[in-house]
Amino acid sequence: MIPWLLAAGQAVLVMLVAPLLIGLMRAVRARLEGRAGGRVLQPWRELRKQLRKEPLIPADAGAFFTAAPAVLVATSVLVAAVAPFLSTRGPLSGVADLVVVVGLLLLGAVALALAGLDTGTAFGGMGASREMIIAALVEPTLLLAVFALSTRVGSTDLGAIVAAGATRPAEVFTPASALAAAALALATLAEAGRLPVDNPATHLELTMVHEAMVLEYAGRDLALVEWAAAMRLTILLGLLANLFIPWGVATDPHPGALAVAAGVFVVKLAALGCLVAAGEVFLAKLRLFRVPELLAGSFVLGLLAVVASSVLA
Amino acid sequence: MTMTSQRVVPPATVVTITADRLAEQAGQLLADGARLALVAAHHDPDAIRIVYLFTAGPPDRRTELHLRVDPDRPTVPSLAALSFPASRFEREMHDLYGVRPENHPLPRRLVRHPHWPAGWYPMRADAAPRPPLAASEPFPFVTVQGPGVYEIPVGPVHAGLIEPGHFRFSVVGETILKLKARLWYVHKGIEKLFEGHPAGQRTALAERVSGDTAVAHALAHCLAVEDALTIAVPPPAQRARAALLELERLHNHIADIGAICNDVGYGIANTHAQRIREQLLRLNHATTGHRLLRGGVFPGGARLHTVPDPATIQAIADDIASVVDLALRHTVVRDRLTGTAVLGRQNAADIGTLGYVARASGLPFDARHAHPHTHLDGLTIPVHADGDVLARFLVRADEVRTSAAILTALLPTLTADPATDERILSAPGHRATGVGIVEGWRGTITHRVELNPDGILTRAKIVDPSFFNWPALPVALADTIVPDFPLTNKSFNLSYAGNDL
Repeated sequence: MIPWLLAAGQAVLVMLVAPLLIGLMRAVRARLEGRAGGRVLQPWRELRKQLRKEPLIPADAGAFFTAAPAVLVATSVLVAAVAPFLSTRGPLSGVADLVVVVGLLLLGAVALALAGLDTGTAFGGMGASREMIIAALVEPTLLLAVFALSTRVGSTDLGAIVAAGATRPAEVFTPASALAAAALALATLAEAGRLPVDNPATHLELTMVHEAMVLEYAGRDLALVEWAAAMRLTILLGLLANLFIPWGVATDPHPGALAVAAGVFVVKLAALGCLVAAGEVFLAKLRLFRVPELLAGSFVLGLLAVVASSVLA
Repeated sequence: MTMTSQRVVPPATVVTITADRLAEQAGQLLADGARLALVAAHHDPDAIRIVYLFTAGPPDRRTELHLRVDPDRPTVPSLAALSFPASRFEREMHDLYGVRPENHPLPRRLVRHPHWPAGWYPMRADAAPRPPLAASEPFPFVTVQGPGVYEIPVGPVHAGLIEPGHFRFSVVGETILKLKARLWYVHKGIEKLFEGHPAGQRTALAERVSGDTAVAHALAHCLAVEDALTIAVPPPAQRARAALLELERLHNHIADIGAICNDVGYGIANTHAQRIREQLLRLNHATTGHRLLRGGVFPGGARLHTVPDPATIQAIADDIASVVDLALRHTVVRDRLTGTAVLGRQNAADIGTLGYVARASGLPFDARHAHPHTHLDGLTIPVHADGDVLARFLVRADEVRTSAAILTALLPTLTADPATDERILSAPGHRATGVGIVEGWRGTITHRVELNPDGILTRAKIVDPSFFNWPALPVALADTIVPDFPLTNKSFNLSYAGNDL
């Protein structure tokens, strides 16, 4: 019973924190660029506004379009519940391993891409096609980067990897882990639609990737899609933080340890979010056909990390 | 201040010709290095009169070919084989005056979309009130066929604060095979709004032809009116006008430099560009009382509230140079700009491009040099040969430096009011015509006015450089990828209002 409550609590935490993370990143970037910017709470205000509005569905859209927000939110919430963010022992330990988590994230991406196609508009199809190019390169990198750690632990269970990292860091982490961290970081930026792969702040439809797929969403559906997108960023940054800085994660479900874990998790997220936002000030968007080069590079980093950590034991 | 009788610009040489000699004469002028600056139809009581204005310089030469055609069945021989811009002027004339170009290779509608009633020509003197519009509009586009070709329709309503225009991309994968830009959604008959008003009272309207080009259009209109009335504007006022023109160039160029960076996701450069633009707009407000410099130019003179400090201008130019440097030192930004959407020199020349678009493709044309209304110290014409987005970016950056140099030389010679005085325009006593040519920030602007003996405007023809440059955009975009379109579009930054009139 307790692991299930814990998982629910973790999901609620991610759902609450995700829009705040977006708000924080926007605020940091605005301040660094010398702009006033919005408040940290602004994305929550926007969500609240959108949630109260009725969704409008294009005349030509079908089931994929209406189902995608729900699928996207469901997969995000599920990953948020089972990933080792607060505790290394979730209710589905042994089942919800790395492959399942990446698969769930991919399921959400594919649902959204199908929804983009389903609208029948040129922008939706264009965004979907670009998203699939990126996803095809990002998902293997996500897997590979974490395999570099799992080969040392002997398990693809994310909780086990984090627990091993926290208790036996000398055995788990090798210099190759830095390569894996770099690969995972690049994959995270690409998967979450951040610079230099996608520009979340643009209004130019023809340059969009993620935004092009969701152009037709309105009201409640738009709120769900944006909320889920924020959760996916939170999940990816959370995984990056906990896999490579595993300290502070509770290894037993003691309330005090969990409270500390929640605090540490939020601090890690905020720190990573600030880092990404600060980095984006210095970045520009790559030409679309250079993106595969970048992602292939991150894939190679992941591959090297796996080879190095399994061979150079 | 007294008016000197010396003319600032030479009057146009008028040649009245017949239809069968038009092509020969026009061909001769073009072969001698002139460019077709303007074609305007006029509905006189007894004829429809077409004026072809050819300009060249330096030295400043203006030649008008006047052709009278039967108002009941007006036709002109098409000059499309000689000049691409002529073919578009002819289509415009056909839509607005019903003058049919003979042997035109593409006699399709240009200004009036198909839902406008056929056979109704709004610019004619006897045009009846507009008949009802058709409910639906056929929207034929040339369909590109082949495996994997699909169309992306964009607009006419766009995201962001852009004017309306429809773009139809035919695309394979991400590569643009063909782009068709359909404009004239904001055709508002602005030329007709000049008619029937005393010369000199429509400057405010000229300022609003294209909102970001207030000074250049107002100045071109004023020069045309002054040319018609043979008014010589005192040199200090001409210098004040030249200074206002450069101030306008500065605030538009820095906005574009920022916007180009923003389109490649380099927001920090845009933030700085916006900061600098705001400084310039406030300086503009102090100078003329309007942030976009309206009210500074009027027929007979110019008006400054205060004269900007040359040191301020120099500081702003240095600031802009540092933003440009910031952008160009960024390898990704440079990569995005380099080699993107190349407009070759021959294409640029054939299409008749003007302004920074032409100068970025190796064509060194500048009306400040070819058709000067005052002497400018410090004028250089930056030219880049590559024709890509980077070249258009660099031309702007170079022109900022030139503008600062011109202003540094001009501003110490200027004083605030009453450096010039407003003169009541007298009726010419005969029919008069005048031409005004100005190098606006986008390129060469040409205005031509006709006045009746009482000094009332009977016709005003406006040509914004956007009219010449719009057809170059699809040419530059061939084989460019779709996500680079917004960047390319920004590097051209053409006016819809100035084109659609």
